[in-house]
Formats: sequence, structure tokens, C-alpha cells
Amino acid sequence: MEIFGVPSALLGSQLLVGLINGSFYAILSLGLAIIFGLLNIINFTHGAQYMMGAFVAWIALNKLGINYWVALLFAPIVIGALGVLIERTMLRKLYKLDHLYGLLLTFGLALIFEGIFRDQYGISGQSYPVPELLQGGVNLGFMFLPIYRGWVVVAALTVCFATWFVIEKTKLGAYLRAGTENPQIVQALGINVPLLITFTYGFGVALAAFAGVLAAPIYQVSPLMGSNLIIVVFAVVVIGGMGSIMGSILTGLGLGLIEGLTRVFYPEASAVVVFVIMVIVLLVRPAGLFGKA
Amino acid sequence: MNNSNSMFARATPILFGALFLIGLVAPFAVYPTFLMKILCFGLFACAFNLLLGFAGLLSFGHAAFLGSAGYVCGMLVRDVGVTPEVGILGGTLAAGALGWVVGVLAIRRTGIYFAMITLALSQMVYFVVLQWKATGGEDGLQGVPRGHLFGVIDLSNNIAMYYLVFAVFCIGFFIIYRAIHSPFGQILKAIRENEPRAMSLGYDVAKFKLLAFVLSAALAGMAGATKTLVFQLASLTDVHWHMSGEVVLMTLLGGLGTVLGPLVGAATIVSLQTELADSVGSWVTVIMGTIFVVCVLLFRRGIVGELQALIRRAGIR
Repeated sequence: MEIFGVPSALLGSQLLVGLINGSFYAILSLGLAIIFGLLNIINFTHGAQYMMGAFVAWIALNKLGINYWVALLFAPIVIGALGVLIERTMLRKLYKLDHLYGLLLTFGLALIFEGIFRDQYGISGQSYPVPELLQGGVNLGFMFLPIYRGWVVVAALTVCFATWFVIEKTKLGAYLRAGTENPQIVQALGINVPLLITFTYGFGVALAAFAGVLAAPIYQVSPLMGSNLIIVVFAVVVIGGMGSIMGSILTGLGLGLIEGLTRVFYPEASAVVVFVIMVIVLLVRPAGLFGKA
Repeated sequence: MNNSNSMFARATPILFGALFLIGLVAPFAVYPTFLMKILCFGLFACAFNLLLGFAGLLSFGHAAFLGSAGYVCGMLVRDVGVTPEVGILGGTLAAGALGWVVGVLAIRRTGIYFAMITLALSQMVYFVVLQWKATGGEDGLQGVPRGHLFGVIDLSNNIAMYYLVFAVFCIGFFIIYRAIHSPFGQILKAIRENEPRAMSLGYDVAKFKLLAFVLSAALAGMAGATKTLVFQLASLTDVHWHMSGEVVLMTLLGGLGTVLGPLVGAATIVSLQTELADSVGSWVTVIMGTIFVVCVLLFRRGIVGELQALIRRAGIR
């Protein structure tokens, strides 16, 4: 079976890879958007925190015998707690300054984390086994679907939409949205905004760590896995604009799929296609697809 | 305040004169290659500082200009066979042209978005350099000859090469100094302090930002092209985003928005890296990151900024 002269199995598998990458873009840009909304800081450490999520899962499995399912909860909690510590001790001191200092601080932290893990584990990747329950695959007729990869897409999207639901439909989410609009007034209404900010940063970071655990069995667990990904995610954020939660999710998924298609039809351009789209969006709609000018 | 400012004004020519003399005799006291590295990165950081320190634009993609100019210069000198000064000029112009393209796109957004856009575009340049055959991919551009300056002076002599690098640095530094202390520089500062007000005064803000960006990119390219001749190599590290981060660090450590800060910062970082490379290995990244964090949290004025503040306080008393 062929579609546009391309075997359907190839097209299907590349679209799947695109969908998986897109899920990671979505979950990471979602975290960046939530943090940016309340803290006005672009979290450069996000890639390192994704990497550390994967490493916590790997260390937990090999040193402590903690399995994948527990790690899925354990790693985000550990990395989220580390995030809370970072927010309380460092980021907090920068809110009154130019936003650029937040970017620079988190960049420095990213270098520190990356350097430590590179010293400990080198740059070659460690492999993380696919959990028993999700091994094997199913034949869909037009392509072969490894079960784990299907699971990654489902899990990532579930978390994304759950986050969307909490922010858009619950009381806690209402506080958060109000805090994004006008923190002073929210504070005056008796809501503990500094605590809300700490919680938000911890949660955004935990999302990155969760993505890291999901990624561990697919990609090699390596100290550099986050840094190249995060630059693409920055481009995704520029394309989508950070104004809307659903916008981040849809932009991330869409760009992942476009990247997958590019890999089928013109592989040489697949590394840069997201950046090219960013250029086009900047020319046509500078505020981003879902952004407010 | 006025008193101390005029004191600065009087001290400046003496300070620059002294530094110039030190620059002239330095290669006889210190290993020239080390000095050339400092001067190249110093010019790179000064060019970057023109943008961040004076126009308030944080470019997180300046490695693209340093690196691409290095590759253009390397290809011109090695594969086309032009003389070194033409190579440097070619690299500078190429970086300026690239700066125009990146600048036109990036100034459509401000603040954090500006930083992310420049980072993303420089990553695109990185991938192009990585995949294009002419640039040597992972190996980089090796065996670039230093050649003969104007076809006459043999640059394989380290001392001769040093004086070329010193001259390039002085030219670049002079251009930046003049730009900062001209009406153009004043307008950039006005934009940095209050963009809507500068706009309402009738200045074409976008045009000035773009001009500053192109100038900064071209001078960063001049540093990159010269660096390629010094090390006879253009490599992927020069276009990698780590390099973009490093120049931010140099500028921040030396003193954002000060004239000499970036040079001091570059000298400090290059010395540190040279000293530490053998003893601590991969901990260099951790140390760089730590300096970043300390600078942002406790030391935002940088070395030169702190010194100026000290002198000013002493002057008031």
C-alpha cells in the first residue's frame, strides 16, 4: 500500500515518531507556558530538568530497584521538589529585576546540572528497558505499532489535557489565571501568591521530569538529551505564543507531526523545519499563532 | 556625581593609553596565542555588549555570527586563496549580512521572545553548518593557512600574527567606542530605558535596533574570522549555543554596559578555562554555570561595574 508514492508503513511509522516528539514538545512547552505566565521567567533549566527526570528513573531502577510505574510518580516529585528549592532560594530574588536575569540564572543552572551528570555518566547514553506490561506491539494492518510508543502518546496527552482542565475549570486554576493577570489584586483578595508561584514552578518542572521518564525507554538516557530538545521547544513556544494552554498543546503536537512528515519527504530538512516555520510565523503573525499582541 | 564623572573623563585617555602600551609589549611577556585568544573573545564580547549593554537586546545566538564568519573566512583563505585581510573582511561582511537577516526577524518581538528567536535561528545555522559538505561537518574546517598579510608579511610568525589581531581588536574596539559615544549610542540607550518614549520622540526604533544588531553581528564576525586565522581552524564549537552562552557570561562577569567590562570578562573566562582544562576536565561547565548563578544573584554589576562604583564612592567622599 502506498500513499503519495511512499510506503504506508514508512509514512505511518514516521508519523508516529512525529506524534511522540510532538507529545514531548506539547508537555514541555506547556510547562514553560505555565511558568512564564505566573513568574514571567523563561525556564532555561527545563531541558536539564527533563534530562534529570529520565536519570532519576534510571538510577531508581538500577540502584534502588524502583520500577517504571513508581518512577513515573517518583521522578516528578523529586525534580519538582528540587524546583521548589530553586524557586525559594534563587528565582524569588529576581522577580523585581529585568526578566532577562531569570533567563540567565536558569541558563547557569542548566549548565551546572548538565555538567554534573556529564561528569558522572559521560556523554554516551544509558539504556532503560521498556516495562514488561508494555513490551511488544500490534499490527494495525498498514503499520506495526510498538505498544510502548502508543502508551507514550496516550500518557503525555492525558497529562496535558488534565493540566488544561485543572487550569481552565477548577478553583485552583482560577487563582492561577487571576495571578497571571494581576498578582497584586489577587494577593489583596487574601490568596497566598508567593506560595502559588512556588507551587506553579514546582509543577511546571515536574511536568518536564514526567516527560523525561516517558522518554527514558525510547531514547538513550544521556546528559545531553535535554539541551537540544529545549531549543526546539523554544521555537515551538515562539510559534504558538505562550498566552494559551491549549495553544501550547496543539502547537507542540502539530509541529511534531510536520517534522515527521518532513522526515519522510525531505529528510535533510527535518532538523530545521520547526525553525523555518518559526521564521514564517514571525513574518506573517509576529505574536504567534495563539498569542496576544 | 558630576565631579567623579569628570574625573572619569580625565582618567579615560590615560587608562586607554596605558592599556594600548601594555597591548604592544604583552607578546614579549606572555604566550602570544593565549593573548590572541583573549583579544578575539574580548572583541566578540565587546560586540555583544554593544547590543545587550547599550540597546538592552539579549541575543542568545551570537555564536552564529562568530562561527559563520570563521567558516567564511576559512573557506575564502583556504579554498579560494585570498590574502588574510580579505578573508577577515569577507567573514565580517558575511556575519553582517546574516545579522541583518536574523535581526529583521528577531526585532519583531521583544524581551524574552527576542532571546528565544535568536537562539532558535542560531541553532538553525548550526544544523546547516553541520550538514553542509563544504564546511566539513563534524570535523570543521581544518588546515586554514594564515598566509601573508597584504601578500607580504608572513603570519606564520606568532608575533606578526599577534600584531594583526591586536590591530583588528583596536579597530573593532574603536568602532564600538565611537558608536556608544555618538548620538546613535544615546538613542540606543533611550530605547533601552524606555522604548515607547523613544518612539514617541519620533525615533524609528526598529531601524536603530536593526542597525545595532547588524553592527554587533559584523563585529562578532570580525572576531570570529580573526580567530579562525589564529587557530587555523573553524569548528562546530564556534557555532554551538554553548558559545552564545559563554559570551553572555563574559559580558556579565566583566560588567554589562561598561566599555572595558567585556574585555576583562573575556580575559577572566579564557584564563580560567585554560587553567582548569587540565585539572578538572568536565567540571569546567559546572564552574561556568556557577559563575553565571553567582553573577546573576550577587554580582550584577560585574567586575568593572563594581570597580567604577567603588571609585565613585571614594570620589564622593
